[in-house]
Amino acid sequence: MKKVYSEKVLEHFRNPRNVGRIENPDGVGKVGNPVCGDVMVMYLKIQNERIEDAKFETFGCGAAIATSSMATELIKGKTIEEALQVTNRAVAEALGGLPPHKMHCSVLAEEAIRAAIEDYRARRQKVE
Amino acid sequence: MIYLDYNATTPCDPRVMEEMLPFFREFFGNPSSLHTLGQEARRAVEKARSTIARFLGAKEEEIIFTSGGTESNNLAIRGIAQALRKKGMHLITSAIEHHAVLNVFRALEREGFSVTYLPVDQNGIVHPEELRKALRSDTILVSIMHANNETGVIEPISELAQIAHEGGAVFHTDAVQTVGKIPIDVHTLGVDLLSASAHKFYGPKGIGFLYVRKGIPLAPQILGGHHERGKRAGTENVPGIVGMAKACEIAEKEMEEEAQRIGILRNMLEEELEKRVPDIFIVGRHVPRLYNTSLILVAYVEGESLLLNLDFEGICVSSGSACTSSSLEPSHVLLAHGYPHELAHGSIRLSLGKWTKEEEISRVVMVFPKVVERLRSISPLSKGR
Repeated sequence: MKKVYSEKVLEHFRNPRNVGRIENPDGVGKVGNPVCGDVMVMYLKIQNERIEDAKFETFGCGAAIATSSMATELIKGKTIEEALQVTNRAVAEALGGLPPHKMHCSVLAEEAIRAAIEDYRARRQKVE
Repeated sequence: MIYLDYNATTPCDPRVMEEMLPFFREFFGNPSSLHTLGQEARRAVEKARSTIARFLGAKEEEIIFTSGGTESNNLAIRGIAQALRKKGMHLITSAIEHHAVLNVFRALEREGFSVTYLPVDQNGIVHPEELRKALRSDTILVSIMHANNETGVIEPISELAQIAHEGGAVFHTDAVQTVGKIPIDVHTLGVDLLSASAHKFYGPKGIGFLYVRKGIPLAPQILGGHHERGKRAGTENVPGIVGMAKACEIAEKEMEEEAQRIGILRNMLEEELEKRVPDIFIVGRHVPRLYNTSLILVAYVEGESLLLNLDFEGICVSSGSACTSSSLEPSHVLLAHGYPHELAHGSIRLSLGKWTKEEEISRVVMVFPKVVERLRSISPLSKGR
């Protein structure tokens, strides 16, 4: 009998990386809905199109917290173009897989990354 | 390990196991066999039946052995629906039933029956007036659970049964959470059918029974030999039956004292948590409720992550109903109470039992606030509080 969550998911859930907010972020992405039981907020610090720092706040199940943690780990240090290539599958695979009914959490993580980058681009357009 | 999930299942009482053991080896006979070994098993089964009947104020021939609560509910609901379909095609149940009841009604709807799902109030009570309004001339069955598995809230069964009878309908109750926990007399309760499961009260898994009042027609659902007076085919689970009877015997003797002791611990747990954790809600607090159950809604956090964090600390609890844990919808029970989705997502059920110790509750009230605080510090919802 396979366990519901992989060791890696449990580890990231237990010790999530990059929890919290960034003061004066360059981009913020908020996705999900408390009604559905998942809200993910991602904060980015971006310099020269490169993600210098990423943090998150999440309301959700074990998988939602673990995917948030892994997503921030995966995009830190990447250029925003590279970060946009990070798919939900990549987040799930980096966590050693997710149960089928929890795959939507990885989708949420991908959406949070995209939303934060879009927010960054929108802010830049305003400035220019 | 601190086990606070007794509503999910209970450990088998060692005295129950002791009673069962001989029936795996020495007295392994098939109760349908005519030889001595078979007849010894038959005697054990009938003795157990009589113990259980006495425990409920029923007659021996009114007890049908099944494989557990789910089968009892299937047999009761389908059995009545099929037996009485010529009389009418309308059925009534409540919105907060266990899936072992709800999904049987949904299947019957697909087969052409019409089903009314009675609402509950904020406290989880099915109001007798709602039942009176829902009854129709073609209503054949009303099925309302005795106590809810998630909240522990106890429904006014005798009143509901009386109203169902006045309307000419048969009344069934899923008593899986109450048998063995509180005194039950089928006549006082006034029910026609009652489902129970042994593993919820320190008996083994895989055995339960359905009480069917004499004279109530019932179509069998498992066909085969003439076991259980033709109502449920299949060789009897002799060790299970003997174990379940022993569990009833023990419950009869110890129930009152246990209820007192566990009730004090449950109240202590709730009072302490309320003092230590802001923004929590205890469901059904001011209505009749099982003394061992506490369903707590924790704002700003999600139940599963709370459950897993408590598990890391060696505390076993459940989030809403264990059965709903692989679906994404929050508990249908809490939604029926009128709680908003986001609060329903944060439900945690602690259910105490025979081996719950005061030290364990003391540890839980220490650990629980820390775990909630940690999750709230991760949650974006809690910042504005």
